[in-house]
Amino acid sequence: MKNNKKTIKKEYICFIAVYLLLYLLHYVGIISNYMFQVIMLAGVNIIMTLSLNLVNGITGLFSLGHAGFMAIGAYIAAIVTTTVLPMLGISAKNFASEFIFLIAILIGGGIAAFGGFLIARPTLKVRGDYLAIITLGFGEVIRSVIRLIEYVGGPRGMIGIPKLANFTWIFVVLLLTVYVSRNFITSTYGRACLAIRENEIAAEAMGTDARHYKTIAFTLSAFMAGVAGALFAHLLMFISPDNFAYSKSSDLLVYLYTGGVGTITGSVVGAFLMTILPEFLRFMEDWRLVIYALVLLYTIIFKPYGIAGNRELKFLGIHTYAEKKERNWKMRIMKLFAKKGGNGHERFRG
Amino acid sequence: MKKLFGVLLSVVMMVGCVGCGTGSGASDVPDEITIGFAGTLSGENALVGEYQKNAIKVVENELAANDGCIEIMGKKVKVNIALEDTEAKPDICANVYRKFVDEYKAVAIVGPNESSCALAAGPIAQEAEVPNVTIFATNDEVTKVGDYVFRACYLDPFQGKVAATFAYDDLEAKTAAVLFSNADAYSKYLKDAFVEGFEARGGEVVAIEEYAGADVKDFNAQLVNISTKDPEVLFLPNQVGELPLQIKQARGMGIESTLLGGDSWDLTTLVDVAGKDMVEGACYVAPFSSSDTSEAARAWVKAYHEIAGENPGSHATLAYEALHIVLGALESLETYDGSSLKDAIYATNMDLPSGNVTMDEQGNPKKNAVILKYKDGIGEYVATVEAE
Repeated sequence: MKNNKKTIKKEYICFIAVYLLLYLLHYVGIISNYMFQVIMLAGVNIIMTLSLNLVNGITGLFSLGHAGFMAIGAYIAAIVTTTVLPMLGISAKNFASEFIFLIAILIGGGIAAFGGFLIARPTLKVRGDYLAIITLGFGEVIRSVIRLIEYVGGPRGMIGIPKLANFTWIFVVLLLTVYVSRNFITSTYGRACLAIRENEIAAEAMGTDARHYKTIAFTLSAFMAGVAGALFAHLLMFISPDNFAYSKSSDLLVYLYTGGVGTITGSVVGAFLMTILPEFLRFMEDWRLVIYALVLLYTIIFKPYGIAGNRELKFLGIHTYAEKKERNWKMRIMKLFAKKGGNGHERFRG
Repeated sequence: MKKLFGVLLSVVMMVGCVGCGTGSGASDVPDEITIGFAGTLSGENALVGEYQKNAIKVVENELAANDGCIEIMGKKVKVNIALEDTEAKPDICANVYRKFVDEYKAVAIVGPNESSCALAAGPIAQEAEVPNVTIFATNDEVTKVGDYVFRACYLDPFQGKVAATFAYDDLEAKTAAVLFSNADAYSKYLKDAFVEGFEARGGEVVAIEEYAGADVKDFNAQLVNISTKDPEVLFLPNQVGELPLQIKQARGMGIESTLLGGDSWDLTTLVDVAGKDMVEGACYVAPFSSSDTSEAARAWVKAYHEIAGENPGSHATLAYEALHIVLGALESLETYDGSSLKDAIYATNMDLPSGNVTMDEQGNPKKNAVILKYKDGIGEYVATVEAE
């Protein structure tokens, strides 16, 4: 218990070290701009996957329309920055623009969350495949509506978005997302969601208002997706409706299931590896996407719990079933030794 | 310590000597340069990647006749063409551009094929001051990104206008109908320009029907509306994946109108999938006709035929031309840096397969369009429409 009360924990130092390391390596030129861009894209994908994890992994709903929430966040935030910055006469290099960017992210996330809430209320009555189809439809509706709005460029896409998202922004937002996810999962809300995932009827019998908790999870997840969208728009400086097509949602599912559905560690690892991998495999030329698909097949068949294998990093303080099982095994082995020769030490002393 | 210093000193001296050896006037020109080629090798338009690969092969063969070198400011420089896949996705394309700029240190970038990719990646080339000649990015915003971004194709509005002029003047049509995809910028801008051009000439657009993108497979509802109006011309400015079904369903419904299309029709797969008799008599706008008799065109068609076993379409031709615009500009350089290469591309005045090409101040080429007509499954030359 004492350990938990420390103000500076080991992992904080780790985060700062990772941040400084990447930043310095880029500064010195060991990590080229190209690799840095890929790392930043991976960061955005991690935030998206964490958001999807709340719905697909923790609450056990199946959303196929997360790219839609990302699109809302991206477009709203881009509209905010492209109108407010010139209005106030602030250039993108000015420090004040960072503040406006923060507001844009929050508005983007907020409106995406509102969209998530609107869609969640009436549709969460249906379950499983039906919900998947509804969310899929929702994502496509968003995309089709954006195409019709001439103000944001219609099907051509929106151009001239200032480059406000940088490594620092993405890293900080990513950490915040990890902690929000962690706190959500360990809170009563998260536990209720887990209960609904395992057995909805049993959970309701115990007095859990399933629809209420599902709506909360869905809205929070939509908020995160909107934030990721805002970062994406200001990283790429260009968004078009086709960026947020159904294929984007399915990419996110791939990241989540490869990494390990239901775990924060899995979401982070999966999204990071699966974003980096196709770029890393560029030297394979035509065989690149074949290898990518094979890696995916291998993980799903031989590691059904994903790369993380239903485990969480220790600092998150979440104990999964796999860890409990492992602990039980260790206990049993220790007991075995204890039976054979005292407490083990004596036995090997010879 | 002294020893270390000695070793260092000798290394420095050796490097210095190597530098002296080749420094004959043009010391800042490297021995080897790389041109980045952002191709579409996978994804929705993967077929285009095959044409692009063939075009690159033709250029490499041409270079091989000269040991793979071109002459820049009196120095022989080896040219490498680095091909990377954009998957037709804007974010991946941005990665590819960063890779060209940072890892390949490319002197110029050719591609990509899609306007959305070009819009996402253009600012990267602009910022790095690496000239970028896009191949088929027909949207007018593409070259407005900055003065380092060019294109090798004509613009969507020009194409739509050409189609309208041809329909009214040459086909002598008074009524026209359009079926277009509202999900696709290419389709939408062609439609806009066609409708505007056709009505400006006094024709009447009797029906404008839309559908929502590549996933739509049934166009009967829209085509019924069109068939009741009985237009003389039916303009289909859509992507090649969607066209065969539209053509089949229109003909199956008994629509007898002359079919008219944009340069997306210039793919042999269209004939393969839709069938020869279905496209018979259909006319389309293309940047290039393989039956062109100019010297550059004949040489290109012959070289391409040797590699691919078929005549080049517009995708291959534009990829080839984009590479040649860059190579031509490199050869005409007087000082070696990105800014002079950009100026050299603006000064382009070359005879390429599609005719004489010059650049305007926006980085758009001034080049002619041709009208081709499908006869027995092959696009035959009908007319040339001059650039404005």
